[in-house]
Amino acid sequence: MSILVDKLSKVLVHGITGRDGSFHTRQMIDYGTNIVGGVTPGKGGTLVHDVPVYNSAIEAVKETQANVSIIYVPEKFAPDAIVEAADAGVELIVCITEGLAVHDVMKINQYLKQKKVRLLGPNCPGVISPGKAKVGIMPGQIFKPGSVGVISRSGTLTYEIVYNLTQAGFGTSTCIGIGGDPIIGTSFIDALELFRKDPETDSIVLIGEIGGDAEEQAAKYIHQFMPDTKVVSFIAGRTAPPEKRMGHAGAIISQGKGTAEGKVEALEAVGIKVAQKPSDIPELLK
Amino acid sequence: MKLLEYQAKEVFRKYQIQTPNEKMAQNPEEALEFAQDIGFPLVVKAQVPVGGRGKAGGIKLANNADEARSYAQQILGMNIKQCNVKKILISQALPLNHEYYISVTLDRTIQKPIFIVSPSGGVDIEEIGRTQPEKIFQLPVDLLLGIKAYQLKKVFQYCFQQEENPPSIQEFSELLEKMYALYLKEDASLVEINPLVVIDKKFVALDAKLIIDDNALYRHASYQQWLDEDPEETTQERLARSAGLSYISLEGNIACIVNGAGLAMATMDVVKHWGGDPANFLDIGGSSNPEKMVNALKIVLSNAKVNSVLINIFGGITRCDDIASGLIQAIQTTSFKLPLSVRLIGTNDESARAMLKQHQIEVFTDMNLAIKRAVMHSREAGI
Repeated sequence: MSILVDKLSKVLVHGITGRDGSFHTRQMIDYGTNIVGGVTPGKGGTLVHDVPVYNSAIEAVKETQANVSIIYVPEKFAPDAIVEAADAGVELIVCITEGLAVHDVMKINQYLKQKKVRLLGPNCPGVISPGKAKVGIMPGQIFKPGSVGVISRSGTLTYEIVYNLTQAGFGTSTCIGIGGDPIIGTSFIDALELFRKDPETDSIVLIGEIGGDAEEQAAKYIHQFMPDTKVVSFIAGRTAPPEKRMGHAGAIISQGKGTAEGKVEALEAVGIKVAQKPSDIPELLK
Repeated sequence: MKLLEYQAKEVFRKYQIQTPNEKMAQNPEEALEFAQDIGFPLVVKAQVPVGGRGKAGGIKLANNADEARSYAQQILGMNIKQCNVKKILISQALPLNHEYYISVTLDRTIQKPIFIVSPSGGVDIEEIGRTQPEKIFQLPVDLLLGIKAYQLKKVFQYCFQQEENPPSIQEFSELLEKMYALYLKEDASLVEINPLVVIDKKFVALDAKLIIDDNALYRHASYQQWLDEDPEETTQERLARSAGLSYISLEGNIACIVNGAGLAMATMDVVKHWGGDPANFLDIGGSSNPEKMVNALKIVLSNAKVNSVLINIFGGITRCDDIASGLIQAIQTTSFKLPLSVRLIGTNDESARAMLKQHQIEVFTDMNLAIKRAVMHSREAGI
């Protein structure tokens, strides 16, 4: 088992005709992901990497029975693409696009919760269950199947840590990029809950960063519900100055809140080891 | 985007939130002219987007024209926390009976807007939180229901019970509604009034803080005029913004060019760990484009403090071969002479390494090794 995506997932690519959408469709197909269709308004009837393109998500889901959507649509149109995917009936929407207006995501999230549709992201690298399916943009070759669950607010920092894990012989059950925005669809806690119920996941790597209090909330959750699971962590931004947005819209120490020190303290207080640098993670897992 | 006080108040007035009678001036002559219109006493306030203006001497009370002129001269050209004061606000001085705090912002945990109200305003909210946490009231707002009347009543009663001549609860309710409308319509991430005062039973915003979501600026053309005059922005930050890169200036001398914000932060942390000092945070972003690398190098090289350049790329959506061709292009078109340490891994890294090898550029695959090399370069340059 793994969580969120596997060989049975039928994936629809929104924005499949764009530069990034098309490139990563190829990469996902090569990884073995079952890409059943693409959506680009006005390009219906064409093919991208032999994948049929539809004018709308509703039409695409009807034709392909897709149950997962991945969004590469530019930021101004991505909110509408997410809502369209939800209305079309998919169960999981992975939004790769970054730069969505925060208020839009706040409203969309409320809507999706009512519809019981899960959103991953926005501004995230997606999700991969190594050897089964990749619905995202991560380089597939750095992963190998295993029993470590990885949850991260970042993209490339996740690859860095997974690369170190793989080098050290640790495989991954599922790796989830939850996204770097202030409001995201799936939180650390939501992801932890999924891993808790996954018999193939034995330990967890939690990759956090400055801003908000998601890591503090995760520490509480782990302490209460997963006391026997080995969890290790890395928090980026120990050297970040306050009141500056560090690239990710959500990575900001604001009014004294959201510091790396505070997060490290909260995690260590419940017995979670926090690495000084990404390359120390495998050692802590041993 | 953080607005200056006078800009924020301009937006406040659009939403009928009352401010003192005031005008922004850019030179002492203008200041004096506005002072005569407004009348004395008045306050001369430095327009910089940082806290602690008062303590730094950037806010002065003027009782007559001579004082107004001399304070205007004094404050214009001051440097407050690395921001040059180019504008001042000439503002009617109002009697300060009691100072309140009110703001509306996003509560990331509950994913909803939240009002924060305190009868202990005048100092920043962090300090209220530290010294009188019991005097901070939070009103989460439901997107469907809006502000709930029962919550509003409770907060109103607590906050204004000691006021001799309290404003009506309708006034309070209207103030919150106006702030909430502003918050939603302008895509704000923070609308803050501190201090908020009561004059003739009406609420007046003595100071104003407004932050607009950068991601939503595309649908608010009116803020464009103010974007280029942020006194806090460094030359490199300005260049990066126009090139679509995310850059934050830091104090050190090792330029860091990284893809992805998390890895960029972790790179800074590890540079510090190995004894170096990062000159900047620079995330060249997700999407692949050789041009970005050229721009990134130009920007970090425009910082005279830089004596070592570190490139750390983990390819995902970014393709390493694009980075390599951008780097080669940049080295060929600029007078690049600084020591370089490059780490490339991920999507298309093999062809990237081959390209760079042809140009005698050594490429690491291990992040620690590349960072240690960059720190060593910086030390050697510093001797």
